[in-house]
Amino acid sequence: MVEPFLKIEHVQKTFGATTVVQDFNLDVGAGEFISFLGPSGCGKTTVLRMVAGFEEPSAGSIVIAGKDVTRLKPNQRKIGMVFQAYALFPNLTVAQNIGFGLKVAGMARADSDKRVAEMLDLIKLPQFGDRYPYQLSGGQQQRVALARAIAPKPKLLLLDEPLSALDAKVRVSLRDEIRAIQKELGITTVFVTHDQEEALSISDRIVVMYGGKAEQVGTPFEIYNRPATKFVANFVGTLNVLEGTVTDASAGTVRVGAGEVSLKGKLNGSKVGDTLSLALRPEAISLGRSAGREATLGGEISEVSFLGSVIRVRVGLGREAVSLDTFNNPASPPPTVGEKAEISFSPDDVLVLH
Amino acid sequence: MSHASSSGRRLPTQWLGVAPFFLFAFLFLLLPAVSIVVGAFRGADGGFTFDNVAGLKSPTILNAYWVSIRVSFWSALLGCLIGFAMAAAVVLGGLPRFIRSPLLTFSGVASNFAGLPLAFAFIATIGPAGLITVWLRTEFGINLRAATGFNLFSTGGLIATYLFFQVPLMILIITPALDGLRREWREAAEILGATPAQYWRMIAFPILVPSLLGTFALLFANSFGAVATAFALAGPQLNIAPILLFSQIRGDVLGSPGLGYALALGMIVITGIANTLYLWLRSRTERWQK
Amino acid sequence: MKLLFAWSAFLLGSLIFILPLVGMTEFSLSMRRGEYSFDAYASVLADPQFRATFTYSVVMALVTIVFGVLLVVPTAYWVRLRMPYLRPVVEFITLMPLVIPAIVIVFGYIRLYNTSSWLPLTGSDTGTNILLMFGYTALALPYMYRAVDTGLRSIDIATLTEAAQSLGAGWMTIFGRVILPNVFVSVLSGAFLTFAIVIGEFTLAALLNRPAFGPYLQLVGANKAYEPSALAVISFAITWLCMGLIQIVVRLAPRPPAQSH
Repeated sequence: MVEPFLKIEHVQKTFGATTVVQDFNLDVGAGEFISFLGPSGCGKTTVLRMVAGFEEPSAGSIVIAGKDVTRLKPNQRKIGMVFQAYALFPNLTVAQNIGFGLKVAGMARADSDKRVAEMLDLIKLPQFGDRYPYQLSGGQQQRVALARAIAPKPKLLLLDEPLSALDAKVRVSLRDEIRAIQKELGITTVFVTHDQEEALSISDRIVVMYGGKAEQVGTPFEIYNRPATKFVANFVGTLNVLEGTVTDASAGTVRVGAGEVSLKGKLNGSKVGDTLSLALRPEAISLGRSAGREATLGGEISEVSFLGSVIRVRVGLGREAVSLDTFNNPASPPPTVGEKAEISFSPDDVLVLH
Repeated sequence: MSHASSSGRRLPTQWLGVAPFFLFAFLFLLLPAVSIVVGAFRGADGGFTFDNVAGLKSPTILNAYWVSIRVSFWSALLGCLIGFAMAAAVVLGGLPRFIRSPLLTFSGVASNFAGLPLAFAFIATIGPAGLITVWLRTEFGINLRAATGFNLFSTGGLIATYLFFQVPLMILIITPALDGLRREWREAAEILGATPAQYWRMIAFPILVPSLLGTFALLFANSFGAVATAFALAGPQLNIAPILLFSQIRGDVLGSPGLGYALALGMIVITGIANTLYLWLRSRTERWQK
Repeated sequence: MKLLFAWSAFLLGSLIFILPLVGMTEFSLSMRRGEYSFDAYASVLADPQFRATFTYSVVMALVTIVFGVLLVVPTAYWVRLRMPYLRPVVEFITLMPLVIPAIVIVFGYIRLYNTSSWLPLTGSDTGTNILLMFGYTALALPYMYRAVDTGLRSIDIATLTEAAQSLGAGWMTIFGRVILPNVFVSVLSGAFLTFAIVIGEFTLAALLNRPAFGPYLQLVGANKAYEPSALAVISFAITWLCMGLIQIVVRLAPRPPAQSH
C-alpha cells in the first residue's frame, strides 16, 4: 500500500459561527491530478488555502510526503500555487517573476537563469523574458504564473480557479497545456474549479463538493455515470429528470406520465404511491426503439434543433419532457415537430433520486 | 448652432465657448507668471541682464532659500514617514475597520486647515504659554525650551506646525496606493518562499516607491510656498523665501525690484520642479494599477 | 505584535492632530482667570472688526464661487463636448495655481495691474476687490475644475445635449436647465471647498491691503492673547463644516447608473 502523497484528514474550518468546511478527508497519490469541483461557497477554495497554509484548519491535519505541515507557514511548505487573478508582480519582468522563488531560496544567478530559460520554453514564451506583466494578455500572464509556481520544483502544485478569468477559447487551450505540463513533470496537482467540463476533461480524479462537504470522490467516468448523490447528478453533466409514481413496489413498476416503466431492483424500498425522481443522461435515451433499451415511453416531439453533426430533440411526455441527442444521418431527414415518437432507455441507466 | 456648419465657419464659434476661460487664464495666471520670469531678467534700464539672478547670491537670500528648503524637506520627510505609518496601520495593520473612514474624513479637513489659525493652535499648545509647555513645567518641572532646545518660533517649530497638514495629505494620497497592494501578491510571494521582509523589500516597496516619492515632492512644494503660517508664528523676522518675498512686496527691503522678481523666479523654479516630479511619478504609478 | 505596532503608530500620529486642537480649545476658554469661560469668544464676536472682515470675506467667497462656476462649468462642458483635444491644455492651466505659490501670483498681479499699467486695477478699492476675486478664483481653480469635470464625466452630456437640441432648446436653456442641474452636486463640492479656501486666505488679501478675515486674524494674533485661539476654533469649525457639507452633499446626490465609456 503506497503511502498517499497528500493526506488531508478530518479537516474542518469554522469562521465564527459558520462551518465552512466539514470533516474533509482525502488521499492524493503522487503525480495525481485531482480536481475540487463545486459551486461558489462550497468550500473548495478554503480547503486549497488550508493546504497552502493561508488558512489554519480549525481541526484535522494535512500531511505532505509524510511530513505534517498543518502548523507550517506557507513559505515553509515548498508548494507551488497559481491564483485566479494571476498575481504576477507588476514591478518585475517575466523572467524576474519566474525566477522569484529561486532568488528567495538563494540560488546562484547562473543556475536560476538557466532554469528560467527552461521554464520559458516549457510555457512556449521564449522571447518574453524582458516583458512586464501589463504588456501580456491574460492567457500569457497565467502561463507565466504557472512557470513561476513550478520553477522552484515544488512537491505539490495548487491551482485556484486559474482559468476563470480567461476567455472561453483560451480556457480550453490552456487547460490542455496545464495538463500536458503536469504529466510531463509528474507533479502532484490539486485544481479547483466550478466548471465541470474542465474538471471532467483533465482530471485523474474529481472531488465534488457542496456545502463544505465532499459529496463524492472518483474518476470522471465514475462521477458522471454513477453519481452518488442528487447534487452530484445535477451538477455534473446535463440530466433529464422525470417524476414518477410507484404503482407496484415488488415488480418495480413506475408510472411516468401516461406510460409505465419497469425499474426492477432500483426502487430501494419505496412503497406504492411514492413519488420518485428518475434521472437520465441524454445519451442514455434513444429516439424510437433500440436494442437493449427495454423501457419505453410515448410522447410527441416538441423541439428539433439541427446542430450539424448532432440533432437535439426535445420530446414531450405529457407534463414531462426529455432532451436527447441523435446523430445526423444524411439518408434520413430529422424528425418534425408534432410527430408522435417513442423514447427508449435501459432501466440500468436510470438514476433514482429520492 | 447647427452641426452642419462648414469647417471654416466652425472655428471661431467653437472657440467662443472657451474664450472666457482662456482670457482669465491668460490675464490672471499666465501673464503674471511670465511677467515675473521676464522681470527677473530685466535690468533697471529695461535691458536684458543676468544681474538680478546673480544678485540672488547674497547671503540673506541664499540663507532664505536654504532655510526654506530645509523646512520643506523635513516637514515633507516627517510628513511622509508619519503619514505612511498611520495609513499602513489602518490599511495593513489590522486595526478595526471602523477607524478608516473617520481617519480619511479628518485628514481631508486637517489638510485644509493651514495658515494663521493653525499657527494660533500651535502657539496655544506648545508655545511659551502653551498647554503642553505649562503642563510639562508644572507636572514634571521640565522646561521645554531648555531641555530640548525646541522653540516654536524657529524652523523647528515651523516644521512641527506644518506636520499638521502634511501628515493628513500624505494619508489621503498613500491610502489608495496601499489599497492597491493586492493580497494575492503577498500570498504569491509567501508561497514562493519569501518572508514578510523579503516581500516588502522586493515587491511592496518598489511598487509604492513612485507614490512615496511623488507625495514627498508634493509635500515639499506645498510647504515651500506656504506663507501665512510662518508669518503668524514668527512674523517678518523669520528668514524663509516666501516671507522674504512678502516683505519685498510690502516694501522693497531688498533694495532692488529686479531682485524681487528673481526671488520669485527662484521660487517658481523650485516648486515647479517638485510638482512636475510629483505629476510624472503619479502617471507612472497609474501604469501599474491595472 | 503587528497589531501593537499598528496601534502605537496610529495613536502617536493622532497626537499631532489632537494636541493642537485640544490646546487651542482649552486656551480659548481660559480667558477668565481660574475658570473656563467663553469670554474670549464674546470678545471676538463683539469686535466690530470681526464682523466687518468676516462679512467681507464671506461676500468675497460667494462672489468668487459664482464667478468660478460661471467660468468653469461652461468651459468644462464645452471642452468635453466639442473640443476634447484641448483637455491637456486646460488641465495644465488648472494645475498652474498648484505649481506657482500664491505669493508669487499676487506679486505678479501687483506688478502687472498697478496704477501705472494698462489695466490699473489696484488704483481703486473696487478694482482691487475685483483683482482679489480673480486671485481667489485662480487659487480655487484646480479644485473647482476637478470637481466639475468629475461630475460631467459621470453624466452623458453628449446625449443630453443632443436630446435637448432635438427638442428645440437653445444653448442658454440647455445650459441652465439640462447641464447645470445635473452637475449641481459637483458644483456644490467645488463651492464649499472654495469657501473654505477664501475664508482662510491670508497672503493675497494682506498684500493687496483688503479688509479680509485673514489679515484680521493676523492682527489679532499679534495683539491679543486669548482671542486668537477663539478665532482658531471658529476657523476650524468652519473648515470642518465645509468639508462635512461636501460629504453630505456627495452622499445625498442621486447616483447616475454606471456608464461604460
